[in-house]
Amino acid sequence: MFNFRGKAYLTLMTFCIKIIFRKQINYHVFFMIAIINYKMGNLQSVGNLLEYLGEEYVITDKKEEIAGADKIILPGVGAFTEAMKNLRELDLLDILKEEVLEKKKPFLGICLGMQILAEKGYEGGECDGLGFLKGEVRHFDLKDKKLPIPHVGWNTVKPKEGSILYGNDVRERVFYFVHSYHLICKDEEDVSGYADYGGNFVASVEKGNIFATQFHPEKSQDDGIEVFKNFLAYKSA
Amino acid sequence: MLKKRLIACLLLKDGQLVESIGFSRFLVVGNAIMAVKHFNAWGVDEIIFLDINREKNYDFERNDVYYDNTLKEFAEVIRYVSKSSFVPITAGGGIRSLDDIRKYLSAGADKVSINSAAIENLQIITEGAKRFGKQCLVVSVDAKKMPDGTHHVMKNFGKEDTGMNVVEWAKKAEEAGAGEIFLTSVDMDGSLQGYDIPLIKSVVEAVNIPVIASGGVGDWNHLVEGIELGGVAAVSVGNKFHFTEHSTMHAKKYMKEHGIDTR
Repeated sequence: MFNFRGKAYLTLMTFCIKIIFRKQINYHVFFMIAIINYKMGNLQSVGNLLEYLGEEYVITDKKEEIAGADKIILPGVGAFTEAMKNLRELDLLDILKEEVLEKKKPFLGICLGMQILAEKGYEGGECDGLGFLKGEVRHFDLKDKKLPIPHVGWNTVKPKEGSILYGNDVRERVFYFVHSYHLICKDEEDVSGYADYGGNFVASVEKGNIFATQFHPEKSQDDGIEVFKNFLAYKSA
Repeated sequence: MLKKRLIACLLLKDGQLVESIGFSRFLVVGNAIMAVKHFNAWGVDEIIFLDINREKNYDFERNDVYYDNTLKEFAEVIRYVSKSSFVPITAGGGIRSLDDIRKYLSAGADKVSINSAAIENLQIITEGAKRFGKQCLVVSVDAKKMPDGTHHVMKNFGKEDTGMNVVEWAKKAEEAGAGEIFLTSVDMDGSLQGYDIPLIKSVVEAVNIPVIASGGVGDWNHLVEGIELGGVAAVSVGNKFHFTEHSTMHAKKYMKEHGIDTR
């Protein structure tokens, strides 16, 4: 009787340890994508799309988890200055620079997540950005005063040849945009697609392992899902 | 160039999808989650979800519907539908505070639509724009035609006349930081007679933010009228969509054939 009980306890304990142990392993090995939570906007919709595509992800503001992931997504809706302030307060600037610029992890910035890659922004006062890309972020200055701002809705994007996000296919696509500020790139090679709203503006950029889109691929149905798939398939050299 | 948007407007009452006639009569048309799945498959550009529950007693516990019927709150419904929707979702109905806005945005909505709270205190728009960005704030305006031909803003589900002129109010909302205006005609709602074009036109000319027309579509030609005569950036359809198979596809095909640039 005692023997049986002892055995039962032992099995139970091993089982518990296994669960805890497996959880710890899961933690570092099985999630692939880190969605950075810096309190800016709708993160869950990016997560929903990844879930739909069957990818493991984690929404996080912890350095270890960002370092443990093999891809990084920086979404974001809101103001430039606020975003940089939040990243600074969470102390994520250094880890982002290290993972993206030095370790060359594939990185996708969406909307505000693309804008803060620039050197400088002017939304909510002049403010320094992450500086991954050369350029600055300015308010739309349209000659046609009848065009409403913000630029909200579905607009056509013309991809450049050889772009990875668009699968090297220059077919025109339609994506969902919502923004009042836009990125002006100094290096023309960084731009991978343009859209037209009272004049061309940068719709997406690519620079090595850094990808970013002004539009919201997670809200652009089939065309957006394709962009995500292309990003997920990308492996840095 | 920017495409004209076709929006499905879904009204939720006591957890059921309903058709609304003149803001007063409601007819249950079915299941919100199935509707979202279908609209996604049929290529709608945006979905607006309005909770028109007046008593706030949610009853999702129907066993004849094929979805998770343990949802107890509107925000939970939003969280649930956003998992199967890859187009922007606007949530509205009963938003009173910045915390309410945050609740819906974190549940998976991309924008929120605010009506009565903005009429009572415009500060919520100004503060909301500062905190969440103006792109996610839609001011919903219910307009009723007065005997003198002008339109007044109505509140409390289109029942109470605030005495404010719609055009003046729209300008004020834009100044306060609204990102879009969702303009519903109380008279035309559920009439199937088409949008109130003079109303739409007067608001579109007065503001520089996108205007969404709503209320009264009974024929796809009304969509074309709304865009060409009214000049709106987006047209919203409620009732008409519920009773047609592949409704949004037909609507878009019709719009394309009549020279409107849609997705």
